Amino acid sequence: MKRMRKFAVGFAASILAAAVGVIAYAWQPAIAALPAPAAARADDQASLVARGARLAEAGDCMYCHTAQHGEPFAGGLPIGTPFGTIYSTNITPDPQTGIGRWSLAAFTRALREGVSRDGHLLYPAFPYPHFTKMSDEDIAALYAYLQTRTPVDAPAHPDALRFPLNFRPLMAGWNWLFLKKGPLAPPADAQSAAWLRGRYLVEGPAHCASCHTPMNALGAEKSGSPFAGGRIDGWNAPPLNALTRAPKPWTQAQLVAYLHTGIASEHGAAAGPMLPVTQHLANLPESDVDAMATYLMSLQPAAAAQPPAAVAVPPADAAQLRAGAALFTASCAACHADGAPMRDIGGRPPLGLGSALTADSPRNAIQLVLHGNPWNGSASAHYMPPFADVFDDQQIADVLAYARVHYAQRPAWPDVARRAAAIRKENPQP
Amino acid sequence: MSRREPDPHTPAARADTVDAPGRRRFLVAGSLTVGFSLLPGAHAYAQRATEDAAPVAGSAAAGKLPGNLASTPLLDAWIRIDAQSHITVYTGKAELGTGIQTAFTQIAAEELQVAPAQIHLVTADTGLTPNEGYTAGSHSTADSGTAILNAAAQVRELLLESAAGKLDVPTSALSVRDGRIVSVDGRSLSFGDAVAGLDLHRDAKPVSPLIPPAQYRVLGTPVPRIDIPAKVSGGASYVQDMRLPGMLHARAVRPPSYGATLIDVDSAAVEAMPGVVKVVRDGSYLAVVARDEWQAILAMRALERSARWQTVAKLPTPDTIYDTLLALPRREIIAGSRHGDAAPAVQTLHARYTKPYLSHGSIGPSCAIAHLDGGKMTVWTHAQGVFPLRGGLAELLAMKPDDIRCIHVPGAGCYGHNPADDAAADAALIARAVPGAPVRVQWMREQEHTWEPFGPAMITDVKASLDASGRVVDWQYEIWSNSHNQRIDNAGRLLPAQYLAQPFTPAPPQPIPMPEGGGDRNSVPLYDFPNFDVRYHFLPDMPIRVSAQRGLGAFQNVFTIESFIDELAAAAHADPVEFRLRHLSDRRGRDVIALAATKFGWNPARPRVPGHGVGFAFAQYKNLMSYLAIAVELRVVPETGDVRIERVVGAVDCGQIVNPDGVRNQIEGGILQSASWTLYEAVRYDEGGIRSFDWSSYPIMRFSQVPAKVDVHLIDRPGAPFLGAGEASQGPTAAAIANAIAAATGRRVRDLPMAAGGRLREFSGQARNG
Amino acid sequence: MITLSVNGVDHALDIDPSMPLLYALRNHLNLNGAKYGCGLGQCGACTVHVDGKPVFSCVTPASAVQGKPIRTIEGLGTPDRPSPLQHAFIDHQAAQCGYCIAGMIMRAQALLDTRPTSTEAEIRDYLQPNLCRCGTHMRIIGAIVQAFGAVAKQHTDDTHGAHA
Repeated sequence: MKRMRKFAVGFAASILAAAVGVIAYAWQPAIAALPAPAAARADDQASLVARGARLAEAGDCMYCHTAQHGEPFAGGLPIGTPFGTIYSTNITPDPQTGIGRWSLAAFTRALREGVSRDGHLLYPAFPYPHFTKMSDEDIAALYAYLQTRTPVDAPAHPDALRFPLNFRPLMAGWNWLFLKKGPLAPPADAQSAAWLRGRYLVEGPAHCASCHTPMNALGAEKSGSPFAGGRIDGWNAPPLNALTRAPKPWTQAQLVAYLHTGIASEHGAAAGPMLPVTQHLANLPESDVDAMATYLMSLQPAAAAQPPAAVAVPPADAAQLRAGAALFTASCAACHADGAPMRDIGGRPPLGLGSALTADSPRNAIQLVLHGNPWNGSASAHYMPPFADVFDDQQIADVLAYARVHYAQRPAWPDVARRAAAIRKENPQP
Repeated sequence: MSRREPDPHTPAARADTVDAPGRRRFLVAGSLTVGFSLLPGAHAYAQRATEDAAPVAGSAAAGKLPGNLASTPLLDAWIRIDAQSHITVYTGKAELGTGIQTAFTQIAAEELQVAPAQIHLVTADTGLTPNEGYTAGSHSTADSGTAILNAAAQVRELLLESAAGKLDVPTSALSVRDGRIVSVDGRSLSFGDAVAGLDLHRDAKPVSPLIPPAQYRVLGTPVPRIDIPAKVSGGASYVQDMRLPGMLHARAVRPPSYGATLIDVDSAAVEAMPGVVKVVRDGSYLAVVARDEWQAILAMRALERSARWQTVAKLPTPDTIYDTLLALPRREIIAGSRHGDAAPAVQTLHARYTKPYLSHGSIGPSCAIAHLDGGKMTVWTHAQGVFPLRGGLAELLAMKPDDIRCIHVPGAGCYGHNPADDAAADAALIARAVPGAPVRVQWMREQEHTWEPFGPAMITDVKASLDASGRVVDWQYEIWSNSHNQRIDNAGRLLPAQYLAQPFTPAPPQPIPMPEGGGDRNSVPLYDFPNFDVRYHFLPDMPIRVSAQRGLGAFQNVFTIESFIDELAAAAHADPVEFRLRHLSDRRGRDVIALAATKFGWNPARPRVPGHGVGFAFAQYKNLMSYLAIAVELRVVPETGDVRIERVVGAVDCGQIVNPDGVRNQIEGGILQSASWTLYEAVRYDEGGIRSFDWSSYPIMRFSQVPAKVDVHLIDRPGAPFLGAGEASQGPTAAAIANAIAAATGRRVRDLPMAAGGRLREFSGQARNG
Repeated sequence: MITLSVNGVDHALDIDPSMPLLYALRNHLNLNGAKYGCGLGQCGACTVHVDGKPVFSCVTPASAVQGKPIRTIEGLGTPDRPSPLQHAFIDHQAAQCGYCIAGMIMRAQALLDTRPTSTEAEIRDYLQPNLCRCGTHMRIIGAIVQAFGAVAKQHTDDTHGAHA
């Protein structure tokens, strides 16, 4: 009910916004296409192209703009939003179906204002509210990089958004409400070069807040709650302003390792939607990742003088724990138990320190049990097998209860079986 | 079948220079003598200086016999026929998944002129079969197949003679049809009747009445593999599937790293666990036996948690491993050289290539069953050499070899010396602790990964000069490598033996001499270079456990030679295929090159498309065995460094083909396996130990990176000696891929693995230095 | 006591509730098809069907799948009467050591049962959880594609009233 009311209010607000915005912003002029595709002058622009490649990794562009088995940047990936499914666009330099005839001005306008070359408005599933903070030089570099990709003839896939949100001019109202164009204001206090670089990357191309900040009913980041946590693809994106409140407070070095390699000691492995982010951040120079970590660590509240008091664990359901223990021994212990090869030889952190198991919500733990963590082609991976077809919902509850109590030393989450059933329904069906 | 004639590219003898005089004792020119395992009554086999270490001929006369008849001349060691006409053929070789069970059945069936279904083949069993050393080095068809071919032909003739006597007709009036000996006058005898009174316990003769290849009905045809139907329907096919009455299940507990000592462990607590029969502890050797397999695994985990070890291992730093190897003490071996006149050099190129430690990575970890009953030990094992294993176990257990029987039962593919022998030693040691009960030991995945003897890391340097006409005028080649052969020369080579309270010491490493070679296998170029010098810096100190892996040094040497040939071709502005033919007079080599190039559509004028490349490579395995040429077309995705192999075309000449589908299967398999080694694989380790413990920490090719298309074309040479095909594709595939990647990216990659860690990403190496 | 329904037959087994299904099948029901390759769900050699879905029996508790239909390769066919997929693997001689093959067949069978019109690209995708070390991949794919074609043809024949 609360949800319906929220939606109704949001809907009314959007109508009002639209009425205002439509006059001011909806009809944007087209920017003329180039007479011929932008010539790839890669030789004299080699360093610009390399700089653009680096930004593309920071921004994770390839992940959204590449379909499964598709050519890089040729688009066609379905992206779920609360408002329906959007398909990513072809940003290869193909003259007909890509951006081969986009001028730098058109490209810049798209990144800064969310307007396509021909004037239609883009949806903020493309995080232009973040890319707007990029510098002119960086946008030019990204443009140069994309213009040197292999052109692919891949026409756009029609979107599947629910009415009335499939009416793009409504985005004018959204932009009027939520888009703050242009670069970040200088900070109030003097900051180190690393902090400044980190803020630029985090708030700009890396667009971390797109997932890690809660969304309001209109699909925009809640202005008062930056980095307070969000939801993406059915997983919780944990708050980034509470890292020092983890059972082992995150250190900067751990954050760098996590972002750069996909795993951190005393924490765990990147999984779900965060996994591809770390796979691309792995291609950045460590100095960039260190800068991002510097900025993120500055968002933390002062670490508690003492670690949080051990939570009193109420007496658990002994029968459930016994059942959970048997399931754990069969299914999980070979990797996760103390003394298991993954722990001792692989040097992996204990299960009880992982954010999925220590979070207040069981959502990520449930998703991990259902999906596991996938292979990465023939490269190495922090792999975990899926258990969606092994465990029923009650068994998921039992095994997680055991893991919570025995490994994380926290009380079992309530209601896990029902929540697992709900999450299964939410997840895309195979 | 005549022996192969010596060939200028395969130096018959090599001069060794030895650093330390003390080591001279272990060098006996031309052969390898087992000297460390002598016990009273033990058999000391003189072994051939080949990787398979099959026994040498016992006499000059025997030495003239074909294949391994030379070391096992008695006909009834190979073939027996009973009164019911059941034909049993014995081979000392083992079915490793290569298909020799079917191939040898075909060979025997052909010469005996019966249907393959009438042949029962018995493989590698110290109680029943000839001793043919190890099933290794692609020797099986060449040596055992040849022996069976000849023995069967001679047995056929003896049967005809015996039948002629019984039917009182000339031998020429008889033929074999439908499993019977038939006379022109219509009378016939079964094999069982014909063999009555015929004593096959006699030596073979040097010359056999072989069936002319033009008349082959079975040999050379794609007879379906005998073992596949069971393997696709859950039939008992592997040593892992054996279930013996009263069988117990065991697990070993391995130390945390090389050389660790067990300080203490709470055996009593584990012995109290459900189903546990015994904890076996002998010094730092630790194992547990239980009634049920899962109970054994739980007990193993408990033992692992309870055990405390003193570790000593300090492995080399991975980032500088090649520097480490280059600095180790070495024994200098000249693998081959030639000096001749040549035009003056106008251009000299040199390059260094490297290979990391590679894992066999058997998909099914090693397993063995042993049963000590009434003073006799029986071991069921998938080890490649049941006779050398028996020798090692005899020393290990202080038993007479005659009281030990090792029987080969197939396991998962081993691709060389994996822990199969070690698992057999585990089973035997544990069986000794619980006499009377068969004991099954199954290695865990992490044990297989961290304790197996790896394919050694290698460094190869090559330097060559071109004359003004674009021909190679000189060639210098150097190899640095540990031994590629740490097989069971003594009990100390068995891993469990090294951790007993009274440990056994492994015999010192010995190089395999050329022409077979170990680290220097295939290091002598087959090309017609007027000058070449090939040196093998043999490194006896082994910081990481190593031994033979499919192809041995040939993988790295052919990768190097065939990559560098392309580099030379580019410097000479020549097409890579034409450049090879320019330097190769070997007719069979030229034929496979031409066939592969033709079937591939090799086009010297092909336009360069960025991100797409084709590559070519060629080798004759060991300069003695199969010829193989291969062309690869692939894409490299610049944004990710992904390699997508679009198509592969191979051409192979393995002499007389026994089973064409079997040859194709092995060559295709080698191509894919080698592609995985070349692109993705490297054992991980740090100072504290081996860190590749599972498939996530030792990734191999998955279906996402499997080529789109692979075609293998065969050249049949009817009547020619059988050449081994099992290892022929490892080296050439690596080079063809390297050459294609160079064409696709403009980057020449000389360090394996090529694609791991996104190395081929467009901006890798630049971005990360920021 | 744990009751497992395997290939249509119920079995009551007195086994540890923490025992993975792999060992129940191999050691208590003497079935050879599912194999120990890693015990970690990384290689697929242990693949069987539970309720029509492919699972790694090495990390599936036997106690968790009571009452659900379990199918192993032995339930697909025999050497004398192989299923279309087994027949295709024999036709293509799709095995070298063969250790991975039962798992491959069970994995492919699940796709054949649920999406019989899959393309070769979809088949390759679907096999990603399974490893082969001998390099038999090309034949495995070829056999599976053949079986999909045979089943498609069978459906067409059935639809058009033709008799096998």
